Amino acid sequence: MSEPVTLGERVAREPMLVVKDLEVSYGAIKALRGISLTVGQGEVVALIGANGAGKTSTLRAVSGMVTPAKGTVTLRGENVTGVKAHQMVPRGMAHAPEGRGIFPNLTVQENLDLGAYLRRDTQGIADDAKRCFSLFPRLQERREQLAGTLSGGEQQMLAISRSLMSRPKLLLLDEPSLGLAPQVTQTIFRILREVNAEGMSILLVEQNAHLALELANWAYVLETGDIVMQGTGKALLASEEIRKAYLGE
Amino acid sequence: MYELIQHLINGLASGTIYALVALGYTMVYGVLKLINFAHGDVMMVGVYVGYAVAFTLGKEHLGSVWSALLIFAVAMSACAALGFLIERFAYRPLRDKPRLTALITAIGISFAISYGFQFDVHGTIGGHELTLLPGAAARRFPEIIRPTQWLVLGDDDVIIWNWQVISFGIALSLMGALQYLVFRTRFGKAMRAVSHDHRVAALMGIPVDTIIAFTFMLGSALAAGAGILYAIKDKSIQPLMGVMVGLKAFVAAVIGGIGNLPGAVVGALLLGLCEEAVVGYGATALIPLLVLFLGVVAFEQWRRGGDRSKQVAVAGAQLTALLGFGWLIRNVNGSTWRDAVAFGFLIVVLLARPEGLFGRVQAEKV
Ligand SMILES: Nc1ncnc2c1ncn2[C@@H]1O[C@H](COP(=O)(O)OP(=O)(O)OP(=O)(O)O)[C@@H](O)[C@H]1O
Ligand SMILES: [Mg+2]
Repeated sequence: MSEPVTLGERVAREPMLVVKDLEVSYGAIKALRGISLTVGQGEVVALIGANGAGKTSTLRAVSGMVTPAKGTVTLRGENVTGVKAHQMVPRGMAHAPEGRGIFPNLTVQENLDLGAYLRRDTQGIADDAKRCFSLFPRLQERREQLAGTLSGGEQQMLAISRSLMSRPKLLLLDEPSLGLAPQVTQTIFRILREVNAEGMSILLVEQNAHLALELANWAYVLETGDIVMQGTGKALLASEEIRKAYLGE
Repeated sequence: MYELIQHLINGLASGTIYALVALGYTMVYGVLKLINFAHGDVMMVGVYVGYAVAFTLGKEHLGSVWSALLIFAVAMSACAALGFLIERFAYRPLRDKPRLTALITAIGISFAISYGFQFDVHGTIGGHELTLLPGAAARRFPEIIRPTQWLVLGDDDVIIWNWQVISFGIALSLMGALQYLVFRTRFGKAMRAVSHDHRVAALMGIPVDTIIAFTFMLGSALAAGAGILYAIKDKSIQPLMGVMVGLKAFVAAVIGGIGNLPGAVVGALLLGLCEEAVVGYGATALIPLLVLFLGVVAFEQWRRGGDRSKQVAVAGAQLTALLGFGWLIRNVNGSTWRDAVAFGFLIVVLLARPEGLFGRVQAEKV
């Protein structure tokens, strides 16, 4: 496997997440063929690629939803390869999965509470919920409503809010803008910028490559299970190849 | 009049026992979306454990509150352990497999337990003669609660026994406690999350395996308690007893809307009352009940609105159900009616209102 093309200089940081030679298979299907990537502390790293490239599989392997066939995942210096998903949460990871994954049979408030399942600081939880409600007033109005009755976009807002409720150090987001109106997408990216400024590291999978690259300090381009290119968000945005393949220009 | 009251009381008494079994059924269904067909057989095991404890204590120690509590406690703990083992080794490996696989496994476990118990296996351990498997013959369940008349009306016309009152109290308080557990506690929130999607639940930090195992243990312990109450009432026990009780509890759970706790209790009480009505007044007694039931369903359907064609379809299904049920009542003879009631009900419910009385059809957005 050849080294990916690299564009731009990466600012050196303490590593938050280090993924090395990661392979994921679903039966006979190889979704990831040995990828390596890092997320520095306080960094936003974007992962872009076509449908079926393996973006979701990468996040799943990192958060413990699937066990990798090969390779290692290291979180803040600790080897967490094969650690179960529920044990990643106390280690400071939150994963907002593809397709929202809200609990439709629970109320909006209960969904948020579950985001903070492992936390015991009642006051802090209440404050964080308040903050979510101030970001998305829609959710406040629908607090006691079953989450399944929310519109698709509202469910997405809930999913993002819920993933912030554990106060993660590393946030994995799988297509947060999916199905959202442009203004709501803007809101969500504004929030990501905010929480990132407060020190949260983010690994972002996003179809809207333009938005993702604008936000990202560093980005990886995934193609059928391999990383083929990496670079600063700016450099990739300027690259001819990327503009053609992912920005539809 | 007295006769009617007596029938009502008997119906409620057997209904409460079904309710306890149905609660376990519906709870396990709630978290795993698995119909645990072995549930009734776990109950039977609980009864035999209770029997063994009573036997070991000896006749002279039975009848006191303490011995009864001991019997319940040991049987319930043993079944909790059994439930844990079944979940751990039979269901957990199949969790991500198609649901049918787990269902077939459940039926297999049910057979393994109920037929396994029909072997007669003795052994000698440390000089003591022990029965390891009880054999197929029915046994007489000892009187672990001395039956006393709690209330007598008229000239011995209506008798309410102490165990009937005890069962009723236990069933109602357990229903309340479980309802509280599921809807008011952190654990219950986690249960409901696991119920919808255990993979996403794990992403919240919820220890999914623990939640599911605990639910199984709780349901199995409930079954053991219910089984002993049943044995107190029926006085005779045998290895296949769990099959019929289990099936009836399942029907009760479906009537109430499987996964719904108060629904399971209401369904079970309704079933108990209907069975008693058949015993007391013959199968025709069911017709007014059925009409009432279908009326409630029709009213609910009308209240919810929805499109006309669906309402017509529901009405058609109800009519078919009514005819089918009528046929069943006319053609099933003699003493088997009582059991036919449950299955007739199942057919009616599945046709007229598959989500059960209190079930909700959940609209999920993609
Ligand atoms: N559960 C699964 N079972 C079998 N194959 C799977 C499974 N999940 C993903 N795959 C396959 O693995 C490959 C990578 O899928 P993945 O979901 O990671 O892609 P993605 O980059 O997230 O795509 P998209 O942009 O469409 O979400 C695809 O070929 C997909 O068909
Ligand atoms: Mg994906």
